[in-house]
Amino acid sequence: MIEVKQLSKKFAVENPKKLTEQERQDPRLKGRFFQSVLDVSFQCAPGQVLGLLGPNGAGKTTTLRMLSTALQPDGGQVLVNGVDVLEKPLVARQKLGFLSGSTGLYGRLTGRENIEYFGKLHGLDNETTRQRIKELSVLLDMESFLDRRSESYSTGMKQKASIARAVIHKPEVVILDEPTTGLDIMATQTVLQFIKRLTEDGVPVIFSTHHLDEVSELCSHVTVIDQGETRFNGDIDAFRALADNSLNDSFLSVLADQSANTVSSSTVAA
Amino acid sequence: MWLVFQKEIKELLRDRRALFFMIALPLLLFPAIFGIIGYFSAKAVSDADSKVLNYGIVGEQYAPDLASRLEATEGFDVFSIPSGADFNQHIKQGDVDFVLVVPDNYNQGSDLREQVKVELHLNDASLNSVFKRVNDIVEELSKSRQDRAFALLNIGETRQEAILKPIVLEKIDTADKRESLGESIGGMVPYVVFLLCLAGGMFPANDIGAGEKERGTLETLLISPIERTQIILGKFMTIGVAGITTALITISSMAIWGIVLSQGMAIESVAEFMGQIGGLDFVLMFLMLIPVAGIFAALLLTLSMYARSVKEAQSYMGSLNFVVIVPVVLAILPGIDLDGGWAWVPLTNVALAIKELIKGTMDYFALIAIFGSTVVIAGALLAFCVYWSKQEKVLFR
Repeated sequence: MIEVKQLSKKFAVENPKKLTEQERQDPRLKGRFFQSVLDVSFQCAPGQVLGLLGPNGAGKTTTLRMLSTALQPDGGQVLVNGVDVLEKPLVARQKLGFLSGSTGLYGRLTGRENIEYFGKLHGLDNETTRQRIKELSVLLDMESFLDRRSESYSTGMKQKASIARAVIHKPEVVILDEPTTGLDIMATQTVLQFIKRLTEDGVPVIFSTHHLDEVSELCSHVTVIDQGETRFNGDIDAFRALADNSLNDSFLSVLADQSANTVSSSTVAA
Repeated sequence: MWLVFQKEIKELLRDRRALFFMIALPLLLFPAIFGIIGYFSAKAVSDADSKVLNYGIVGEQYAPDLASRLEATEGFDVFSIPSGADFNQHIKQGDVDFVLVVPDNYNQGSDLREQVKVELHLNDASLNSVFKRVNDIVEELSKSRQDRAFALLNIGETRQEAILKPIVLEKIDTADKRESLGESIGGMVPYVVFLLCLAGGMFPANDIGAGEKERGTLETLLISPIERTQIILGKFMTIGVAGITTALITISSMAIWGIVLSQGMAIESVAEFMGQIGGLDFVLMFLMLIPVAGIFAALLLTLSMYARSVKEAQSYMGSLNFVVIVPVVLAILPGIDLDGGWAWVPLTNVALAIKELIKGTMDYFALIAIFGSTVVIAGALLAFCVYWSKQEKVLFR
């Protein structure tokens, strides 16, 4: 179970002159700070797959980076099975598995060595690591290439090895940041199959994506973030019910509602 | 920390480019440089010595002995210059390598009543051994005139010396060979070692900082259940070890190939010089190198972690070369030693201390202060590097 409560994060703007016109127009820009995440809350229970949606620049990656402990939130709370990520980041990291589409491998190490390294970093002993790699290599069909240097891997092989590396320590929660971006059909299928297996094992999975067909196929719940705030939080059926035609329309209706709210608030203020 | 260090070293040792720059290049480059320079210098000198010299002689009639000696000596070919011709033109055109102009008092000087000056005209801009080869012949003739005159005057050998050089100033150097040689080459050693140490650390620093960012492996490492300080320390150690290893390999390569390729006396003098530097001094030099490698590793890692890409890191590190080179070059300049305020200038003081250790004139108490201050600087830079590398604005630029 992962609970995210009123998460917020701002970044100092190093050089305001370098901001694009779109960034200058963003209401989250306050002086020399950019409030990337203002107020994001959601939760994901065991066996659930939560799709995190939002337009580019909405704050999805920042949110997921805070969940993974890569970034420290300015406010709010993240609880992983009761452990506060802010208070005990090292304990929380042992409970989390993180993977993104842009995650790389150490090219001069073999796939096995890559996975072993992260197993050891997670405090696994040699025997457990060996055993887990054996299980994962069968599960992900990696035996034929596991002992080759990963610099020679195809995209699909890389993604399989990355998945194994992310779950070597049997995480209690798995976070995936656009894990299928840039992947071909076969590699995408590997990721989707992997998410299904995690769900079967009762592991909560949060993943951000722009592909609504993946959401439709996998997700039990959806959270939509826009301009750093949660706009929708609910199960897939409630999300589907927002529009008649498709998930695309549901997504656009959430954003449109917000735009309407923003316009009406500014009219009232005026 | 050790886990990160072990993994970084494993990756480094599998990187052919890194191994080439760190090990193969120093091992092959120096013998190649020594060999090529040695070969071409020796060839140039030998060519100049064996080249057949075409010459003209003006006033030959005044110096038949000189003319006949030149003619009889192998490697000299006479070229007749018409009387009244501009012999400089012949030199310029390359008809002759030199022209001797014999004065009309040449023979009058045979009884040593007056000095004779024979002019040697040549184009001396390029490497040649014309003066030496002609002078050998002239000296021989001059000596025989001298001997004849002394015999005529019945002057013994002891008096001959006294007449030729009535007072001789004899220099007795109280410095031993180690100190003298150490003074001349001692400044170069830290210069080479420091720069190699920096260069050796550059490649891994680039790879394990900016390279990790670029490849997308850094973020995964940062969310592993290991303190960020430990990650940075593991990376810092890798860069430091790589720097020291490169420096040591290069120096060993220079020493070994220098001895192998040098000839005769050079082997003896190098061996003798090396033999005089005690084991303790070598250990101390190595110890002094450790905090210096620490300073470089901390600086390199700080820059590499800040850079968004390997290319950006390379440009920062290029500038670092210039920052490092200045204090090290200062130590080579004459008149700069540990007595003045230079003992407090970072890097310069270590370079000067290594020079003193090579010369065998180091005050070991001063060494402790220099070592201590360098360790403090390295520690401060490492602390900054750790602080810096933990900043979100650095990691996620």
